[in-house]
Amino acid sequence: MAYLQLKQFRKQFGAVETIKGVDLSIEPGEFVVFVGPSGCGKSTLLRLIAGLETVTSGQLMLDGRDITHAPSSKRDLAMVFQSYALYPHMSVYENMSFALKLAKVSESEIREKVERAAKILNLTAYLQRTPKELSGGQRQRVAIGRAIVRSPKVFLFDEPLSNLDAALRGQTRVEIAKLHRELGATTIYVTHDQVEAMTLADRVVVLRDGKIEQVGTPLELYDKPANQFVAQFIGTPQMNVVAAAQMPQAAAAYGLPVAADGFIGLRPENLAVLPAGQGQLSGQVELVEALGAETLIYVSTDSGAQLVARQNSRSALSAGDRVGLQLQPETVHLFDAGGRVTRTGVAVAATH
Amino acid sequence: MPTTTSSTLPTVETAPADILLAPRRFPLALVVRTLVAWLVTLLLFFPLGFLIATAFKTELQAIAVPTEWLFSPTLENFHEVQARSDYLLYATNSLITSVVSTVLGLMIAAPAAYSMAFFRSKRTRDILMWMLSTKMMPAVGALVPIYVLAQQSALLDTRTGLIIVFTLSNLPIMVWMLYSAFKDIPPEILEAARMDGATLWQEAYKVLLPLGMGGLASTGLLCLVLSWNEAFWSLNLSSAKAGTLATLIASYASPEGLFWAKLSAASLMAIAPIVVFGWFSQKQLVQGLTFGAVK
Repeated sequence: MAYLQLKQFRKQFGAVETIKGVDLSIEPGEFVVFVGPSGCGKSTLLRLIAGLETVTSGQLMLDGRDITHAPSSKRDLAMVFQSYALYPHMSVYENMSFALKLAKVSESEIREKVERAAKILNLTAYLQRTPKELSGGQRQRVAIGRAIVRSPKVFLFDEPLSNLDAALRGQTRVEIAKLHRELGATTIYVTHDQVEAMTLADRVVVLRDGKIEQVGTPLELYDKPANQFVAQFIGTPQMNVVAAAQMPQAAAAYGLPVAADGFIGLRPENLAVLPAGQGQLSGQVELVEALGAETLIYVSTDSGAQLVARQNSRSALSAGDRVGLQLQPETVHLFDAGGRVTRTGVAVAATH
Repeated sequence: MPTTTSSTLPTVETAPADILLAPRRFPLALVVRTLVAWLVTLLLFFPLGFLIATAFKTELQAIAVPTEWLFSPTLENFHEVQARSDYLLYATNSLITSVVSTVLGLMIAAPAAYSMAFFRSKRTRDILMWMLSTKMMPAVGALVPIYVLAQQSALLDTRTGLIIVFTLSNLPIMVWMLYSAFKDIPPEILEAARMDGATLWQEAYKVLLPLGMGGLASTGLLCLVLSWNEAFWSLNLSSAKAGTLATLIASYASPEGLFWAKLSAASLMAIAPIVVFGWFSQKQLVQGLTFGAVK
C-alpha cells in the first residue's frame, strides 16, 4: 500500500479538462518531482493534492486515509509556494510558529521546534524580523522553515526556486537536497526546470497536457525515454530527433530497424565530429558554442538534418567549416511516426 | 549563505554635497504649480471659511453687504441653536445611524468582497457591475416605494429605518472598495494559512483582517462620512424623533426665512465632529499595509 496514492485524478475547469486521469503512487520518504512544460498541469496537480482546488473525480489516499474531500487544513500537508506567501504582518518567528499555534501546541514546544528549524536553515539571527526585511533567499528559507516545523506527512513544493537568481537557485537546490536527506520526509516538488528534476528527484514524473508521460528515476528517463517527448524534454542540449527520411544513409549503413516515417534520436554526446570526409554523415558547421568544459557544435547535414554534437574538449572549428559526423549505432533511439519509442539506445559514455 | 544586509552601507556622503554645490533657482513650473495649488485650495476652502466666520457673527453682521471681515465673534448663535432645538438628540441620531450602518455594512460587505476577490466565478464581474448600477438610479426614483415600505413596517422616523436605508445604499460602494482592497492581497497568503491548518474563521481573523486593515479602515471611514452627511433619506424618512444633523440644518433653512448666522452655526455644529474625525483618521484613510511577502 502506497503512502500517497492518486487514483484516476481528474480536474475540469468548465469544458476544459486540465488533468486527464492521473494514477500515481508515492512511497514514504520519496522525493518525487513533477516536471513538464508550462501548462502541462503540474501545478494544478499539486494544488489538487493540497486541496486548494477540488478534484472533479478520482481518489486521494494518504497513509491509509481517504483525503479526497478533506479541506486543506485537515490534510496534514505543508506547502512551499512559488511566491513564498509569507504572512507579511508577522515576524519570521510568528510565520514559522503559526501552524503550531493553530494546532494548540504548547509555547515551549513551539519555541524549541522553531529554533531547531531556524538553526537548520540559518535563520536564527532573523527570527524577529518581518518578511520585508529579508532578502529573497532568506524569505525562501522562511517558507521552507514554516513547512518543516510542522513535520507534515508530505511536503509540497511549487516551483520554489523560480524567483531566485541563478547562483542562489543552484545553492538552494543543493540545500533542499541536503535537507531532504536529513529529514527523510516525503516530498512532491513541482518544477519546469529539468535540471532541478534530475538532481533532486528519487523519481521524476513527466507530465504533458494533464497526463503522465513517464515515471522513473532521473537516469531511467534519460536512458530509456518512453517516447519522443520525454526523450527531448530530459537532457540539455536536447536529444537530436531527425526524421528517418533525412538520414537514409545512416539508417541503411547500420540496418537500423526504423520505419520510413519514423524518427531517429541521438544524444548530442553520442555524436562525434570528425574531419570532412570521415564518418557516415557530412555537413557544415552552423554554430559553435564554447562553454569551456564542453563545446556544442551545431551541424546542418547535407541531407537536411539539423544536429547538435557535444564534445568534452575545445574545438578549432568555426561556422562554415565542412565536417563529417560519426554516430554510435547502439546508442540510437528509434521512434515511430507517433513518437513512441520502438528501440531504446544503449547508454554509452561518450568516448571522445 | 551570504548575508547581504550588513555589507551594504548607504553612501550618503556625496548626495547633500551635490545639492550644495549647485544652488538651484526655483523653476518657473514649480512656482506656477504652487500658486495654482494654493488658489485651488483657497477656492475649495472659501465656502467653509465663510461658513465658519458667519457662524460667529450676529444675524445683522451676517447679512451685511459688503461682507464684514473684521468683527468681534459671538457664541450667541450656538446658544440659540441649542436652545431652540436639541442639538444632542440630532447628534446622537447621526452618530448611531452612521456608526451602526457602517458596522453592519462592513459585516455584510467584507464576506461578499472576500468571496468575489478570492473565489472568482464567471459571473463575479457581472454581479459587481449590477451592484454598482443600483447607484446610478437617482435616489428619488425609489422614494415612493421605500417610503411606503417604511410606513407599512412602522420604520418611519426611526433610527432603525435610517440604518437599514443607509446600509443598503452604501453597500455597493463598500463591496467595491473592499473587493479592490482584497484583490491586492496575494491569494497564496490565504492558501498558505489554509495549508497551515487555519479554519475559515481563523484565516479571516488572523490573516485577512490584518492584511486588509487598510482597506477595511478606509472603507469604514468613507461610509461613516457618507452616512453622516446623508441628507436625502434622512429628510424624507425622519423628522423630530430620529432626525439626523442633516435635518437639523434643513430646519433652519426654510420656514422662518433665512437666518444665515444660525444656519451657519447649526451647519458648523453638524460638520465639526466628522471633520475633526476625518482629520485624525487621515493617516488611516491614506495608509495601507506595506507588503513584504511576495517577491
